[in-house]
Amino acid sequence: MMSTSTITGKAGAVATTAAPATTGRGGRRRPSRGSSRAKKTEWLWAAVFVLPLLFGVVVFYIWPIIRNAYFSFTTWGVFGGATWSGLNNYETLLADPMFWRSILNTLIYVGFLLLGIPLAVVFASLINRPGLRFASVYRTAFFLPYVAMPAAVSMVWRIIFNGDFGMLNYVLSLVGIKGPNWLSTEWIALIAVGIVGMWISVGFNLIVLSAGMKGIPPEMYEASSLDGASRLRQFFSITVPLLSPSIFFVSVMTVITGFQLFDLLYALMGTQNPAINNTQSMVYLFFQHQQTGDNGYAAAVGMAILVLVGVFTILQFRMQKRWVNYV
Amino acid sequence: MRKAMLAAGAAVAAAALLAGCSSTSGSGSDATADTNLSATISYAFWDSNQKPAMDALIKDFNKTYPKIKVTEQITPYQNFFTKLQTQGSSKTLPDVFWMNGPNFQLYASNDMLEPIGSGIDPSNYPASLNELYSYDGKQYGAPKDFDTIGVYYNKAIFDKAGVAYPTANWTWDEFHQKAKAISDKLKGDGIYGVASGLSGGQEVYYNTILQAGGSIISKDGKKSGYSDPKSIKGLQFVRDLIADGSSPTPSQLSDTPQDQWFINGKSAMFWSGTWVNAELLGSPVKDSIALAPLPKDERSATVIHGLANVVAKSSKNKPAAVAFQTYLAGKKAAEIQAQMGAANPAYNDTQQAFVKSAPWDLNIFLTEAKDSSFPYPISKNTAAWNKLESDLLPDAFDGKRPVAEVAKELAEKMNAALAKE
Repeated sequence: MMSTSTITGKAGAVATTAAPATTGRGGRRRPSRGSSRAKKTEWLWAAVFVLPLLFGVVVFYIWPIIRNAYFSFTTWGVFGGATWSGLNNYETLLADPMFWRSILNTLIYVGFLLLGIPLAVVFASLINRPGLRFASVYRTAFFLPYVAMPAAVSMVWRIIFNGDFGMLNYVLSLVGIKGPNWLSTEWIALIAVGIVGMWISVGFNLIVLSAGMKGIPPEMYEASSLDGASRLRQFFSITVPLLSPSIFFVSVMTVITGFQLFDLLYALMGTQNPAINNTQSMVYLFFQHQQTGDNGYAAAVGMAILVLVGVFTILQFRMQKRWVNYV
Repeated sequence: MRKAMLAAGAAVAAAALLAGCSSTSGSGSDATADTNLSATISYAFWDSNQKPAMDALIKDFNKTYPKIKVTEQITPYQNFFTKLQTQGSSKTLPDVFWMNGPNFQLYASNDMLEPIGSGIDPSNYPASLNELYSYDGKQYGAPKDFDTIGVYYNKAIFDKAGVAYPTANWTWDEFHQKAKAISDKLKGDGIYGVASGLSGGQEVYYNTILQAGGSIISKDGKKSGYSDPKSIKGLQFVRDLIADGSSPTPSQLSDTPQDQWFINGKSAMFWSGTWVNAELLGSPVKDSIALAPLPKDERSATVIHGLANVVAKSSKNKPAAVAFQTYLAGKKAAEIQAQMGAANPAYNDTQQAFVKSAPWDLNIFLTEAKDSSFPYPISKNTAAWNKLESDLLPDAFDGKRPVAEVAKELAEKMNAALAKE
């Protein structure tokens, strides 16, 4: 509701300056009660302003989704030439154990990323403590993994996780533990990838949550400390509830990026990893089938990702009413 | 091998026939094409290490055909064939491009390629390579280079473990004993007897399957050979090496690739091909490296693979493209490649410059190519069953499932994939 009225409002204002002769006193008139002609011009201008963005969205997002939906019902030869095959791809998909495994893996990965949110809240509140020295240094340090190339980040983590010569296993060996091959053992690889994903996402979440914290009125803290509330109490009774809109935003974004897991997995594990099939994400499954020229099937995997992301996002919006406080 | 020769012969005949047709229609797959041809053609390849050699080739080509401008398109291997597929779908393939075995039939069977011109004589190349690049009796690729597999070994590690060096005619048993002895003796240093690539078949298991007398795919490319007890024996040999610690596990090899084990002195032996030559020459263990042929079981065997230059059927400058392909297939081009150390050229008797590029005996690769090489296994959609191999075989090598059981499942699934081609 809000966004619509903003757009019309702006368009009305522009319409006045651009065509003063036709609209006359339009600038002083409330847009919603304008004459039908003025309204028309307003809509026209609105359209003009929205068009460039809309064009991009339609060409690069909506149209590919429609095409993808179409191709998911076809058998696609390596060099094009899609032939209609009805629900064939979806039948194979539902019967493919790798598909179900990839959903499970993706959900576990998303779980890891979501675990990173409470961490980010704690870090953000520590960094935003008034009077903290070098706050911007910490912020940069946390944010760096997020802006670094996933491929570069992965190279470093590969060295850390290496089973025979890695740093992690070396440290473990000092206390007498023989560490596993982190990135090439079923289940353990997923945990390793999840940890790296979490490590990267904390940076982004931290920045968003810090911004949210700046919006919490300082009087709240002053008042509560007068009432004798401890720092911990303040954190749970003021910071977290008032930050809930930001936390909500961050968790929606996290779920969406989690479902898109590909580059990290690809760079950390590589295509020739013996554990990759049991660790692959949904996007990786798409990639594998696309690589072998099975494009119709790959398109069906793509549709499954779209549907799942949609379902989870709707669920989150439904559930937000229970825990998000808008002041 | 005689069969391979026959196939090559048929390919020559077919090529000659085709050249006959085209010269009347004037499309000009004729080698003695007009040197005044004026055109711009594109040449696509993936290995940027070979760019200097490709530059030199284009320069030399322009001495004969000054008016043909060749532009290079370099795409890294990971994306090369994805891009090529897209280009193929929209009929915008580069005029001339590199082709490899696993992808060749896909392009040939989809009518994307032009048969080689009459100026190219297949008898100049190893027969297995001509066979690799022929489809339905017609040859489409002009062999560029080739590689066979040998055993690189580190003499220093053999000395340290007190194990005798490999001999020319060694067997599986001798190989296994040496690998095991080294692993056992030098366990404390974390050194293994052998560490070789198991992620694809070319370096190890295709060879062991062939050595045991088995096959990966039937000659006609329609049936899997994995359920053959001899093929299973070849796979079991690989499993045995891992089971008794002669070799690291697939997981370890995934964390640290085979070449890294070898050049860092952590493995005594390493099955690989000519392509690691440059890397080994620059490695810290360079001075103690030697080369031996692959050990034999029922027979000596190595897969041979090589790249080829192909011309796109959709090329708008076909005479120029064919002229360039013909030049690349010639002796001069082979010599330039060898001298620049870019690759081991496929043209017979031009490999000497390449052989001289390393202190170890690279002649072993050439002898193997001549005496005991088998064409790299392919079908129309090789990628489909290559994926099955890399999905299923790690469990067999790791010992999670019995080798025979995995091999039979692989054969079944591979046959299903082949039936779809």
